[in-house]
Amino acid sequence: MRIFDPHIHMTSRTTDDYAAMHAAGVRALVEPSFWVGQPRTSPETFVDYFDGLVGWEPFRADQFGIRHHCTIGLNPKEANDPRCREVLDILPRYLAKDGVVAVGELGYDAMTDAEEEVFTAQLDLAREHELPVLVHTPHRDKVAGTRRSLDVVAASGIPPHHVVIDHLNEVTVDLVADSGCWMGFSLYPDTKMDEDRMVTLLREYGTERMLINSAADWGKSDPLKTARAGAAMLAAGFDHNDVDTVLWRNPVAFYERSGKLVLDATDTVEQGATFAGNSVLRGARPGS
Amino acid sequence: MTTNPAILHLLLTSRLSVTAMNWLTTALDRIAADHTTIRALFPTVGRHCGREGLLGAPDAHETSELHRWSVDDAARTLMLAALPLSRAELGTEVAALYRYGDAAEKRGVLRGLGSLDSTEELDERALPLVHDGLRTNDTRIITAAMAAYGARRLDQAAYRQGVLKCVFLGIPLSDIDGLDARGDAELVRMLTDYARERRAAGRDVPADVWRVVDPNELSRET
Repeated sequence: MRIFDPHIHMTSRTTDDYAAMHAAGVRALVEPSFWVGQPRTSPETFVDYFDGLVGWEPFRADQFGIRHHCTIGLNPKEANDPRCREVLDILPRYLAKDGVVAVGELGYDAMTDAEEEVFTAQLDLAREHELPVLVHTPHRDKVAGTRRSLDVVAASGIPPHHVVIDHLNEVTVDLVADSGCWMGFSLYPDTKMDEDRMVTLLREYGTERMLINSAADWGKSDPLKTARAGAAMLAAGFDHNDVDTVLWRNPVAFYERSGKLVLDATDTVEQGATFAGNSVLRGARPGS
Repeated sequence: MTTNPAILHLLLTSRLSVTAMNWLTTALDRIAADHTTIRALFPTVGRHCGREGLLGAPDAHETSELHRWSVDDAARTLMLAALPLSRAELGTEVAALYRYGDAAEKRGVLRGLGSLDSTEELDERALPLVHDGLRTNDTRIITAAMAAYGARRLDQAAYRQGVLKCVFLGIPLSDIDGLDARGDAELVRMLTDYARERRAAGRDVPADVWRVVDPNELSRET
């Protein structure tokens, strides 16, 4: 099983996690920029964070045979702090970088006017830089937040198939399925979605435009949730082709729109057989 | 060691596709006409020129000083050399490219400093970039920091610490510039202590360290 985790916050994870992810089949991932546990209070601290996402963290991932990409954006929670607003001015510099494959995470937290201004401004940046968009849906008042996010995306003129609406569940999936946007699901140990409920949704909605992520971060979370979802799919009667569609080909298709996805072998791992015309490694690490 | 732009240009001509070489030629012309264009061009080099080794298969060219260069390193070095700036202005532009660069851009700047240094235009203005690179834990950036410019400009204490850091991180000594000219008794003493510490812990000593360290020294009292 080859896995591309389209949403995981590796900055918060250990090298043990990287090793376990590789052993479970993870060969590529996208780390969206987001809030960290401690609220930030100046643009400078974002610069160092973004530098890590295009510098240190990809290097760390390389050591474990995993390709690291990221998304860059000013998240909705910190959009409410006027001291962080200047982050918008430094975003274009990062959106031009090789490893940056989308703008995000954008969207709403408490659905304030400030959040909407920052969301809209960054949708404009995504259009200028021809990058896909990763939209976070709020933990509180989720249905209203999802609906309002879809309205803002529609008004931006960005084609829906360039946008993923993330952290969906049984009550929000319909709205997004009808919109033409990609549907993202974060599988967590206790909150958001789990793998069995995910399988039920895949039965109902099919595998097209579906993205499954672990969204593992500094909270209680599990970086192997993507692999567990694949196992649950197989146990429920989906075949290997379905699993490969959801866990690999879909995230590749979505982020490939950036023109910046690099999926060749990493420094530490030899290149495996080609698959579907693409030279990404699959299977186990040599010698393991 | 020198990193002659003419040689890099020749190697790139043989390695890059016609499309990539045309892109690079246009980019160099634009930079020569207006130095600010480098800011948008510099991050996109890998996408246009690729990221593979400048000399092809690395094993065959271990003896060449360029065996650790990638084609994007070489293209970025030519871009830096094309900047129509000198002295303080050159230093400021190069520092900004480094400050706002991703890991590949930072590596390209550190490697490219060597060819700018041949004209004494930069003097020691870019030394803070080398120190910044040596503070990271990214072996690619550290190796580039110990390339021509760093090897020439670092003071003796910083140079020795740079070499030792490379050894600690598993970077081959053959990847470091200037060892023949700058290796001294104190560096040998530091590497001997390192080998003794490794031995005491029951760990291997990298083969290339034995070329510098006398095994008989390890059993002597310190």
